[in-house]
Amino acid sequence: MINGIIIVLGIIMIASAFMAIYMRSLLSSIIAAGVISLLASIIYLLLAAPDVAMTEAAIGSGLATVVFLYAFNKVKGRGEDNHG
Amino acid sequence: MTLVSIIGFVLIIVGLWGMLTQNNIIKIIIGFSIIDTGIHLLIVSIGYIKGKTAPIIDSALLKTDAMNQVVDPIPSALVLTAIVIGLAVTALMLVYAVNLYQRKQSLDINDFEELKW
Amino acid sequence: MVKRFLILLVLVFFVIMLLPLVSDIQPQTELNPLAKKYVKDGPDELGSANLVTSVIVTYRGLDTLGEVAVLFIATAGVGFMLRRRKDSNKNPQKKRESSEILQTGTALLTPLIFLFGIYIFLHGHLTPGGGFQGGVVIASAILLSMLSFPQSEINHKILNAIESLSGVLYLVIGILGIYLAAGFLDNRILPLGDFGRLFSAGAIPVIYSLIGLKVGSELVGILDSMQRSDS
Repeated sequence: MINGIIIVLGIIMIASAFMAIYMRSLLSSIIAAGVISLLASIIYLLLAAPDVAMTEAAIGSGLATVVFLYAFNKVKGRGEDNHG
Repeated sequence: MTLVSIIGFVLIIVGLWGMLTQNNIIKIIIGFSIIDTGIHLLIVSIGYIKGKTAPIIDSALLKTDAMNQVVDPIPSALVLTAIVIGLAVTALMLVYAVNLYQRKQSLDINDFEELKW
Repeated sequence: MVKRFLILLVLVFFVIMLLPLVSDIQPQTELNPLAKKYVKDGPDELGSANLVTSVIVTYRGLDTLGEVAVLFIATAGVGFMLRRRKDSNKNPQKKRESSEILQTGTALLTPLIFLFGIYIFLHGHLTPGGGFQGGVVIASAILLSMLSFPQSEINHKILNAIESLSGVLYLVIGILGIYLAAGFLDNRILPLGDFGRLFSAGAIPVIYSLIGLKVGSELVGILDSMQRSDS
C-alpha cells in the first residue's frame, strides 16, 4: 500500500521534472518545480522523517517559488514567451 | 536499491540533462534546484528501516525501548541543513542572473562569451 | 549535432559512475553502531526528547555553525548585488492598493502565523521542528504582510540588530561551553531539568531560539532586497 503511493508520487514527480525543463513558458516551469518539492515533502513523511518534511514543505514550495517569481519579475520582456 | 533512492537518482539525471541542454539562464537554475531535491531524497532514503517510526521520544515510545524502534536520525540532521543552504545558494544565483540581464538585456547563455577562449 | 552527442556521452558517463553508489544501498534491518550510541545515550546525557535536535545542536554542533556562516555569506552577497545605486533614483511607481478582504485577512492571520513560528522553535527539543523550521515560518508571515501591503517598508535597523545579536550570542554560548562544560557548544552549561518539560535539556532551547531568529531575519533580508523595484 505504501509502496503503491510512493510509485504514483514518483511518476508524477518525474513527469513534472520533464515538464519543468521542456515547457516554453517560464512561469509554468517555475510552478512545476514547486510541485516537485511539494510531492517530495509527502515522501519524506512516509519515510518517517517529520522534521525534514516540515522544512521541505515550507522552503521548497513556499520561499523558493517566491524567490524565483521575484527574479522573473525583474527580467520579463525581451525574447521570452511570457504568456500564462 | 530501494524505491525512493531510484526516484532520487532519476531526478538527479533529469536535472543534469536540463542544466546541460537549456539556453535560458533561469531554466539552468531550475535544473540545479531539481538536482538538489534529488540528492536530498537519496540521502534520506539511506536512513530508513522498514516498519520503524520517527525518532522522537514521548509517551508512546519509551526511552528504554527506543533503540529497536526508531529510524536513523543522522541523515535527517544532514538533510535539514542542506535544504536551507540550497535555498540560499539558489537565491544568490538568481541575483547574479538578474544582474547579467541588466548589463546585456539578454538571458541567453550563448551571448555571454567574454570568458571563452 | 555534435554538441548533443557529446552531452549524451557525458550523461552516460555520469550514470555509469554513480550507479555503483546507488545500487549498494541495501534496505537495513537494524541501526548502525553510531546511530545506536546517539539513540541510547542521547536522552540521558542531553535531556532532549527529539533525537534529531540533539544531533544537530550538540553532537554535530560545529556543522550547524558552518551552515549559519554560509547563510550569512549568501545574504550579504544578495544584499550587495542589489544595492540601491545613487544615480537611479526614479520616483517609484504608484502601486495599486490591494482589496479590502486581503487587507483584513492578512491583519488577522499575520500575528497567528508569527506565534506559530515562535512556538515551533521554542519546542524544538520536544516535538518535530526546531530553529530552521520556525525561522522559515516567521519569514513566511512577514512575506504575507509584504505582499498584501505593497507600500510598507521594513525597518532595516531592527533587522540588522536582530541578525547580528543572534549570531554573536550563538558564538558566546559556544565559547561558554568550553569553560563551563565539556566542549564547544555543549548544552550542559544550564541544568538539565526534568525530561519532557519545556525548561529542560540545558541550553538547547536557547541555542535553537537564536538560530531561529537569525535564519528568519536573514530570509526576510533576502526577500526585501529582491522586492525593491528600482534597481
